Amino acid sequence: MTESLLGIRDLDLYYGDAAALEDVAIDVPLGAIVCIVGANGAGKSSLIRTIQGIEKPRRGSIVFKGQDITGWPSHKVTDLGIGQVAEGRQIFAGLSVDENLEVGAFLPRGRAGKAAAKDRVYQMFPKLAERRGQIAGTMSGGEQQMLAIGRCLMGRPELVMFDEPSLGLAPAIVQEVFGIIEKLNAEGITVILVEQNVAVSLTLASSAYVLENGRIVLSGSGRELLHHEGVKQAYLGM
Amino acid sequence: MIDRLFGDLTRAGLAALAAFVLLLLVLPGFATGYILSVTTIILYLAFVGQAWNLMLGFAGLLSIGHALFMGIGAYASAYLFARHGLPPIVGLIVGGGLAVAVGAAISALAFRFAIGGVYFALLTIAFAEFTRIMVDHARFLGGTEGLFLPVSAESRQGFDLFHLRGRPEMFYYVIMLLCLGAHALCRWLLTSRAGYYWRAVRDNPQAAEALGVNIFRYRMYAVMVSSGMAATAGVFYAFFYNNLFPEQIFSVERSIEMTLAPIVGGVGTLFGPIFGAFVLTPLGEVLTWAIEWLQHEEIIGKQVKVDGVKLLFWGIAVAAIVLLQPRGLWPWACKRLGLIRAPEDREEGR
Repeated sequence: MTESLLGIRDLDLYYGDAAALEDVAIDVPLGAIVCIVGANGAGKSSLIRTIQGIEKPRRGSIVFKGQDITGWPSHKVTDLGIGQVAEGRQIFAGLSVDENLEVGAFLPRGRAGKAAAKDRVYQMFPKLAERRGQIAGTMSGGEQQMLAIGRCLMGRPELVMFDEPSLGLAPAIVQEVFGIIEKLNAEGITVILVEQNVAVSLTLASSAYVLENGRIVLSGSGRELLHHEGVKQAYLGM
Repeated sequence: MIDRLFGDLTRAGLAALAAFVLLLLVLPGFATGYILSVTTIILYLAFVGQAWNLMLGFAGLLSIGHALFMGIGAYASAYLFARHGLPPIVGLIVGGGLAVAVGAAISALAFRFAIGGVYFALLTIAFAEFTRIMVDHARFLGGTEGLFLPVSAESRQGFDLFHLRGRPEMFYYVIMLLCLGAHALCRWLLTSRAGYYWRAVRDNPQAAEALGVNIFRYRMYAVMVSSGMAATAGVFYAFFYNNLFPEQIFSVERSIEMTLAPIVGGVGTLFGPIFGAFVLTPLGEVLTWAIEWLQHEEIIGKQVKVDGVKLLFWGIAVAAIVLLQPRGLWPWACKRLGLIRAPEDREEGR
């Protein structure tokens, strides 16, 4: 049994009276890529936001690195080493590339190794290094996604949650993004990957969960789900 | 430190800033009383403009009720001085504290219920309006009859900084230091964690949240700093004009007046509010002269009412700038004169 980095048990999240997540249980082993698959509105983003501490669950527990972080404010969760690359290339359009990265490193955890983290990001994304003074809103979609990933890395996370990282990107860039996720994982970062691009993400994933109407309906290794009849029909169009 | 605060300026920009400060310092040496009092008003508008700009320009929060915070500072300090003989520093602490607390309460109310954008602006107007009505009925603050600060011919000649009683030069230097202090404060804040977080929240709240930024708290900080600055301006206003009427202090016109200089100069820029005040006010003065001259020459009759002309003119000026230079005059002037480094080559300079 591999060591668990993040464990979620019995998680319920409500928006008013509407349940967004019910009875969700997820296990993220250290060093894994865990994929979460589901249709629009299934609760994938809600799950990520709850882990990050932005939404407060009604019930259940979230344990990260052996600490119960349920109900923690998001800056504390982030400072403990959970990073998020939010859906849809969320950059700070009016700030320069370099300033965007700076925003990612103000918590104590990021602050401690800021210079090294920035060097690493610029090494990983040479295009960002070339454009460090450019106003971020004027960059291409692909570059903005790289910036969003780089900015997340500035906080020196141990677990990175990617919310639809390939959304709206050209195929070549999508390949690049998945390449980066694999590379980060190889460097020791544990990954939660929420994707519409089910075929590719299941190939990458060590384990995967299928979320429907806020409930986990199926789980297994990436390979198992890739060949599961229900998944094939619903998400792979086969 | 200097590099952190002024790293965005070119050599020409630094020189221009230094020349500007020097000119302000020596101005009373040769300026007429009229020029001095106009410059005092300009600096006052530049000061409140910076306070307002901090909220909209840095943190993306639109207030159209800033007269509220300014008025709290003005009334608190005037009341304590006129009725209890307490010096303005006490008024500043009490009024400033009160304004910051009110700012915190309004923002807590708004952000807790996710009231943003235009609705937040409406909330600020509402608070300013009902405070005006409350002060209208507050006997101890003079109500509609106004609150007056004791002035004597003697006190107008002195230089009593502690009681803020003195010659026009004293008021000039006080507001000049406040204005430059506010400029330094804004520069410092913008390069601090709060400044980065404000701009992050302004540009993209969702992404800021994903990085662990406490949006609620940082928005609240912006309102608190801004309202504290506006209250400080209010203390100055009270001791400079010596009379306060709720109708004047808390009116929507006063709130709007505070927004004009930063809009004209450039919302979100550091020097824009100051630049805007130095452009708008003199233009307004020239217009007043022009009308007086036209009436004197009997080109327009003396019976023609021209009361609202200045406001009308400012309205047209703001509309023209919003249409022609939406980012404000200051960024445009900087580009023309090369005062600020282009973002592309800023990093190499740091």
